Amino acid sequence: MNELINLSIKEALLLLNKKELSPIDLIDAHINEMEGARSLNLFITETADLAREAALSSEKNYNTNEARPLEGIPFGIKDMFCTKDIRTTASSKMLENFVPPYESTVTKNLWDDGAILLGKLNNDEFAMGSSNETSFFGAVKNPWKNSKKNITVPGGSSGGSAASIAANIGIASLGTDTGGSIRQPASFTGTVGLKPTYGRCSRWGIIAFASSLDQAGPITKNIEDAALVLNSICSYDKKDSTSSNKKLPDFEKSIEKSIKGKKVGIPKEYNMDGVSQEIISYWEKGKEWLVESGAELVDVSLPNIKYALPCYYIIAPAEASSNLARYDGVKYTHRVDSDNIIDMYEATRAEGFGSEVKRRIMIGTYVLSSGYYDAYYLKAQKVRAMISQDFKNVFSEVDVIFGPSTPTTAFEVGEKNDDPIEMYLNDVFTVPVNLAGLPALSVPVGLDSNKLPIGLQLIGNAFDEESILSFGRCIEKSANFNSTPERWWKNE
Amino acid sequence: MSNYIKGDTGDWEIVIGIEIHAQIISNSKLFSSASTKFGGEHNTQVSFVDAGMPGMLPVINWICVEQAIKTGLGINAKINNFSIFDRKNYFYPDLPQGYQISQFKQPVVGEGHVIIDLDDKDSKKIRIERLHLEQDAGKSLHDQHPSYSYVDLNRSGIALMEIVSMPDIRSSEEAQAYIKKLRSIMRYLGTCDGNMEEGSLRADINVSVRRPDEELGTRCEIKNVNSIKFIGQAIEYEARRQIELIEDSKQISQETRLFDPKRGETRSMRSKEEAHDYRYFPDPDLLPLSFKEEVVDKIKKSLPELPDDKKIRFQNEYFLSYYDANLLTSEIDIADFFEDIAKEHDPKIVANWVTGEFFAAMNKEGFSISNSPINKDNFSRLIGLIEDNVISTRIAKDVFEIMLNDDEDPEKIVEREGMKQVSDSGELDKIIMKIIENNPDQVEAVKEKPKLMGWFVGQVMKETNGKANPKLVNEILNNKLEM
Amino acid sequence: MSIDNKIVEKIAKLSRISLEDNEVNDLSLELSQILDWVEQLSEINTDDISPIFSSFDDAGDINLREDIISDGGYRDKVISNAPMSEDGFFLVPKVID
Repeated sequence: MNELINLSIKEALLLLNKKELSPIDLIDAHINEMEGARSLNLFITETADLAREAALSSEKNYNTNEARPLEGIPFGIKDMFCTKDIRTTASSKMLENFVPPYESTVTKNLWDDGAILLGKLNNDEFAMGSSNETSFFGAVKNPWKNSKKNITVPGGSSGGSAASIAANIGIASLGTDTGGSIRQPASFTGTVGLKPTYGRCSRWGIIAFASSLDQAGPITKNIEDAALVLNSICSYDKKDSTSSNKKLPDFEKSIEKSIKGKKVGIPKEYNMDGVSQEIISYWEKGKEWLVESGAELVDVSLPNIKYALPCYYIIAPAEASSNLARYDGVKYTHRVDSDNIIDMYEATRAEGFGSEVKRRIMIGTYVLSSGYYDAYYLKAQKVRAMISQDFKNVFSEVDVIFGPSTPTTAFEVGEKNDDPIEMYLNDVFTVPVNLAGLPALSVPVGLDSNKLPIGLQLIGNAFDEESILSFGRCIEKSANFNSTPERWWKNE
Repeated sequence: MSNYIKGDTGDWEIVIGIEIHAQIISNSKLFSSASTKFGGEHNTQVSFVDAGMPGMLPVINWICVEQAIKTGLGINAKINNFSIFDRKNYFYPDLPQGYQISQFKQPVVGEGHVIIDLDDKDSKKIRIERLHLEQDAGKSLHDQHPSYSYVDLNRSGIALMEIVSMPDIRSSEEAQAYIKKLRSIMRYLGTCDGNMEEGSLRADINVSVRRPDEELGTRCEIKNVNSIKFIGQAIEYEARRQIELIEDSKQISQETRLFDPKRGETRSMRSKEEAHDYRYFPDPDLLPLSFKEEVVDKIKKSLPELPDDKKIRFQNEYFLSYYDANLLTSEIDIADFFEDIAKEHDPKIVANWVTGEFFAAMNKEGFSISNSPINKDNFSRLIGLIEDNVISTRIAKDVFEIMLNDDEDPEKIVEREGMKQVSDSGELDKIIMKIIENNPDQVEAVKEKPKLMGWFVGQVMKETNGKANPKLVNEILNNKLEM
Repeated sequence: MSIDNKIVEKIAKLSRISLEDNEVNDLSLELSQILDWVEQLSEINTDDISPIFSSFDDAGDINLREDIISDGGYRDKVISNAPMSEDGFFLVPKVID
């Protein structure tokens, strides 16, 4: 059983195609593991029965040689993706009992390719957070405990998606990334997390947080698996007006492309206060690995990058305040009944939303309100244009940008809850990428002295996932990160 | 021309601006593919997008954009090749997303104007500030239950054109003429059916009063007045109300009011209309709307003849008076009805009959051209009978009445009722001779009083049951009586 | 930017979220902090910069849809999650107009 849950997508497909492994055994192993890991609080909804049924179909398909690209591979799906007839909550009381009558385009792509749903994964409420501590269904625990044997956060908002892969539950998972919500938790959990270019994946059926920033993406055990998932989930969707029609390459093919002679941008602004020394050391090691593989380091500058976080924390809440207005107790949410509509709205939303969500709605409402729009929202979108231009300028000289994914490794539960701004600073390296709509991934490279995973980030030019995948593969090979967390949760 | 109202303390001028919401004629909605059909069973024309469900996204219907461009061209406006969709954020149960997708700073159509025709042959230009695209909201029914309102989202997401006039309107007549003109243009273009009863055309009227030539006064908005008649009443009432308040040294509070048709009054909206802060911002789910100039040119070329042009052509081609041409081009279906028949008959006769008997019947019986009890071919035949002198005008009116009840071929009616005009001069001669013989006193009297001719004509009509050809009768009488 | 309790209450009203008194106080502090922090944007000169409202770099035109009816007609599904419904209508507490 143990070996089965360790398999990557590629390894599993190999065995399944050779009929040396049955999809039923594979799914049973994962279901077993899922049911034994409830103390990690990874899943909001488990779908074991449906998964077993699907595994039976997968077996038939293998027997008749009609296996699809991801046939029989178990996936955990962040509870921000609407899955038809299966409860989807956004980890919020507001949608506690919401059962969507439609399937998101991205998950449909997975199921059409034969993947199997293991369950809906916990995340920060409405995708707002960097530690998965704001979920209505309770915090997710990082399988990686620190050297003090204390529980750490898995990062967020896709905490469940990242932690589950680190715990080998589900072979791959889907998350969403608005300001780093795939890459930061991947970094905290020693997994690979990739956010494609804005527009590569359809947003239809994904519960919207900040429409101009949200993107779906995979969290996997390795770079190759990330490429395989990308091949499945990226598609042009005419139901999404922001969906890109750009030609899709075969991402799997890009992994082994050589990076010889390619240029790596090292932004001088990344040498900032507050970044752990050990992470910086690994970054230096990473630079050496890339040079050894034939790439050239180039010093570059992203002069306005330090404004990215405040810029993001104006734009994202603004869009969220509008996107979350539909949660009003009328059509499909929790409701607190009252004798008039206004009281009903106010009580429903007060009870249905947690405090971080409320905070962001309030900020968003404020920065859009009359008299403040120009000074805040409009200003932020201008700064966004400048940051976007900074990246364009850099990418005229280099193929990828390389740096840390996060300033620190996983912190302890409750450690950063006093000051919202301290929590926001987690996203300093990831947020600029969303503002510019670029693809980026986090790849694990080692553990720090606290025994916690360190991740490094590669950022690519728009629609150039191929470069970050090939560079990511190079880092992965050189780092040879094989550590796994102790399975302490099995005993709890 | 002065439109001033007399108050207790002197003259007052009414200043009016009108915002129209016109539902666009299209099969599906502005941002969703659900149906726009009127009268559908509640909530059956609602897609997940229209219901504002989680993860749903808008995709624009190009036809709606075309319709807006057409309308913009029809009101002589500047078409903006680049425009942006903004979210207008507020909470209301029939607004499922909690925001309406609209256009704020950069609408698809800019400044334009329409020419309105006033009763005494004057025309006036009313300037239009802008036209933009936006979503319609659903409907709430408040009278189905004592403590709950029922929400139907069928209408949610249907495309609307909001047309905003400048405050150039100075009377309730001008306001009515403006709305009629806009409605006519849109019906000509096929961009909106202008049906106020069904709600496909709604008007919000902004009314303020001021001393002539002074600064604008505080305005009040009267919402959702749903007939042209009520618009006139609402404006009259509101202007009076404001004048009385000011003359009584009271303030006008800027507010939104509703028109109560039963009382003919406007009243303040009961719910506290807090100053709405709509927090407009560009909708991140949509890209800016842009199209090339060629697209606009193509649409321009495809436009049908518009009312003002048709009016001029009718005057030139059919030698109609301005008055008749105006009446006949007020609605596209009336103009087409007229023109189809006028091609085959004397346009003057057709014009007289359409603007006379036909319009009168329409008003009295309450039908429109599209559901007229008399079909075009039969009406055309009736005109033919008059033209050919088969029946007299007077008899024709009787035939028309019969046709209103049974849409019959008038020729058959005339046959059956024996209504053919007596135009046989021989026969008439005989009848007239008889009357002359039997009434020697009248024959004498008429020589002194030519007006008594009418009595003779009357007698002939009596003898012939009204069927004598009046022209002939007059001719023969004149002859015989040596007039 | 100092956000006092009055402003917090106004924003809460606009956002249709009711707040307890202690929440108002807390939010007043938190929001002030956050807004102070984002104020740093005023350091940059953006006079000649056009704002961008999307990360969408695909220089294509807006996605246009044909005018065919291909959606709707599934009332049961639309109403399926309604907290209160009757006869296919959504029910809400009375709205006074």
